[in-house]
Formats: sequence, structure tokens, C-alpha cells
Amino acid sequence: MTNTSHKTLIIACGALAKEILFLKKMLGDAGRSIDLQCLPADYHNTPRKIIPGLEKVIAERGCHYDRILIGYGDCGTGGHLDAFVAKNNLELLPGAHCYAFFAGLDEFDALMEEELGSFFLTDYLVKFFDTLIIKGMGVDKHPDLKDIYFANYKRVVYLAQTEDLELQKQAKAAAQTLELDYEYKFIGYGMLADAMDTLALREPAYV
Amino acid sequence: MSDEDDEIILKDLDDTQLVEQMQDDLYDGLADEVVEGTQILLDRGWDANAVLTDALVEGMRIVGVDFRDGILFVPEVLQCASAMKGGMSLLRPILANTENSAGLGTYVIGTVKGDIHDIGKNLVGMMLEGAGFEVIDLGINNPVENYLEAIDKHQPAILGMSALLTTTMPYMGVVIEELDKRGILKELPVMVGGAPVNQEFSDAINAHTYGRDAAMTAELAKAIVGKNR
Repeated sequence: MTNTSHKTLIIACGALAKEILFLKKMLGDAGRSIDLQCLPADYHNTPRKIIPGLEKVIAERGCHYDRILIGYGDCGTGGHLDAFVAKNNLELLPGAHCYAFFAGLDEFDALMEEELGSFFLTDYLVKFFDTLIIKGMGVDKHPDLKDIYFANYKRVVYLAQTEDLELQKQAKAAAQTLELDYEYKFIGYGMLADAMDTLALREPAYV
Repeated sequence: MSDEDDEIILKDLDDTQLVEQMQDDLYDGLADEVVEGTQILLDRGWDANAVLTDALVEGMRIVGVDFRDGILFVPEVLQCASAMKGGMSLLRPILANTENSAGLGTYVIGTVKGDIHDIGKNLVGMMLEGAGFEVIDLGINNPVENYLEAIDKHQPAILGMSALLTTTMPYMGVVIEELDKRGILKELPVMVGGAPVNQEFSDAINAHTYGRDAAMTAELAKAIVGKNR
């Protein structure tokens, strides 16, 4: 019989794939016990698909792992993800969205306190701004929707995971497209890195 | 067959067909067609309230059901809302001059403190207006003081609160508690809604009614003031 103990499965939003794989690599040998399965990143715009997507992966692969981390924040599920995680004895990243756990919850709260009308971008959201925001939210077909969606926003805050000049240029262009002010903050991987470190170091907890 | 051959001439339709076509056009977000249909019905002597209720509100009710069922998404719903607004722009001046406009009383609505999301709230406001309420929209990011001031000033039949975030929806409970402390809650039904809100949460914070979507909220609001069709 194959020994599958000490194995962790992260089921995450596709928007976190690159970052999780990078952090897994950084963990070296400890990261080898961690596998990653992603759900489509465009669930960001249709959060009702997240839990059925998770259920499917858990049904297919969950039995091969002794721990499962759900690589999402609340992500618009209205607390349902919290309930799902509690019911199934899983673990969930903290915060409402990926930009909150990248920034750290205190820093994120401070940014919101500073300007409630902040629209956050991460590396992934910058790269796929056109696909997820402009096309995904229908602004390409109906440009008037831009004003409806973003009327109450004042600024774009790019919370960068990497220091990449090309992405900064794209983020600034995104802010111009939305006709919002632009701010840049390099924040790295924040609480996602902490969660990965913890997973790699901890004893197994059977799910 | 070319598209031109398929083109529907609205003025050639009888009333029943036209109302159905307007509901379809509203569903497809065709504002110009909805405006044209509205004008045709008015020209035929239809009462503005009937146009509003039978064509526009009913059309948005269907949109609301399909949004709830995951058939339509936010961008499409907003196009539908724009189409409805087009029709309402013709009806509003007429309704304002008739006795039965705003016959259901005043409905104060606002997004709670810490939250700047108002798309859902605006849809609800539109449906409430369509249902016959005079809607006082407090906008976004409202502390409890704003609600209290509006209640004092407008003496609403119902107060509605909206939130999009799990982090901001608990503030609805703060407002309700304050209303209770001041003895207002027993006289004023409070409705709550928004993407993360559900019946359990609504019950937990002692709200009067949970509005699942815009169309349902309007129906429930009518029931609260005892004016269900």
C-alpha cells in the first residue's frame, strides 16, 4: 500500500497558481508534499461556481490527501465558503479576497480606511485585466457599464507580488482605462507565504 | 431570410403582443425598443401605471428570476435595467402628476457604512419605484446617523439596507439595534439584502424581511404595506 500520509492538497483559485507554485518551490523538500489543483480564475466573477467546483475536486482527489487547504478568501461567496470549510474540516486562507491576504489583513484594512473607493489589482489581475475585468464584466461590449461598476471607486491600488516594471506599466494603463487614480505597493506574498510555510512544517491533520 | 425581413414593427403588434415583445426587448437590454413600446402603449391610451406594471416591472421580474437561477449575469441585468430606465423616463413625469403614484408610501434605502457597492441597491430602488413607492436613496457608505436622520425626515413605510461584503453586512445589525434602542423598530419594518445576505443572517440581526433579489424585494415590500396584487 502506498504511503500517502503528510500529503497536502491545495485547491485554489487559478489566479493564485503561479504564486503558489513559486512558494512551493521556495519550500524545497518540504514543498514536495504539497500538490496544487486550481479552479478557473474567472469564478472570481461567478462566485456561486466555487463551492460546486471544490466539491468536485474533493470527491475526485480528496481521499489521497490527509490535509486540504482551500486557496480562496471569501471571494464573494457571502460566507458560504466558511461554512463549507467548517463542515468538511478543511482549511481556508484568511480575508475577503486574495488581495487581502497578500496585503495582510491589517494593511488591507488600513488601505480601505485610507480610501474606501479602492479597486485592488494583484499581479494576476493586472496580467488578465482585459480578460477578467473588461471582457469578463461585459465592459468591452457595453462601455457604459464601466461608469456603473466603477462610479464609486477613486483609485486603483496595485498590490504587487513581484517587482515587474512591465506589470506596473499595465496596471497604470488599467487605472487610466477606468479613469481612476493609481497607486503602487509592493507587498510580496503576505499571508499566502505564511500559510504555505505552516503547511509544510505542520504535522498531518487527517481530513 | 435576412434580418431585415425578421424585423418586428412594434406599432403593428396588438397590445398583448406588444407587451410580450417589450418584456423580451427589456430582457435583451434593448432600451430604444422599450422606449418606443412604452410610447406606443401611452399613445393607445394605456394608463402609465399599467404600462409600468405589465410591461416593465413584469419584464424585470423575469430578468430577476433568471439572474437568481444563474442564467443571466450582472452585465446583462444592468443592460435590462438601462432599458427599463428608458421606459420609466417616459412614465415618471406622467406618474408624478397622477394621484396613484407613490401610493404605497416612502421607502428609504441605502448601502451601509464601509460599503461603496450600489448596483444591487439601485436595481432594488428601481423596482420599488416601479411598484409604486416613493424611494429615498441615501446612496453608499451610510452610518447609522444617516438612516436615523432620513427616518425622521421622511417617515418611511419601510427602511431597506444593502451590503455586498461579508465584512460590511454586520453593520446592518448595528443599525437595527440602534432602531430598537430608540423604539423605532417596532413601528418600522426593516428589509435587508445584498449578495452575502441570507435568511439566516436576516433572522439573526432581527430584520423584518430579507429581500433575495430586486423583484422579490419589491413584491415583499408591497406585502408589508398590505398592497399585494
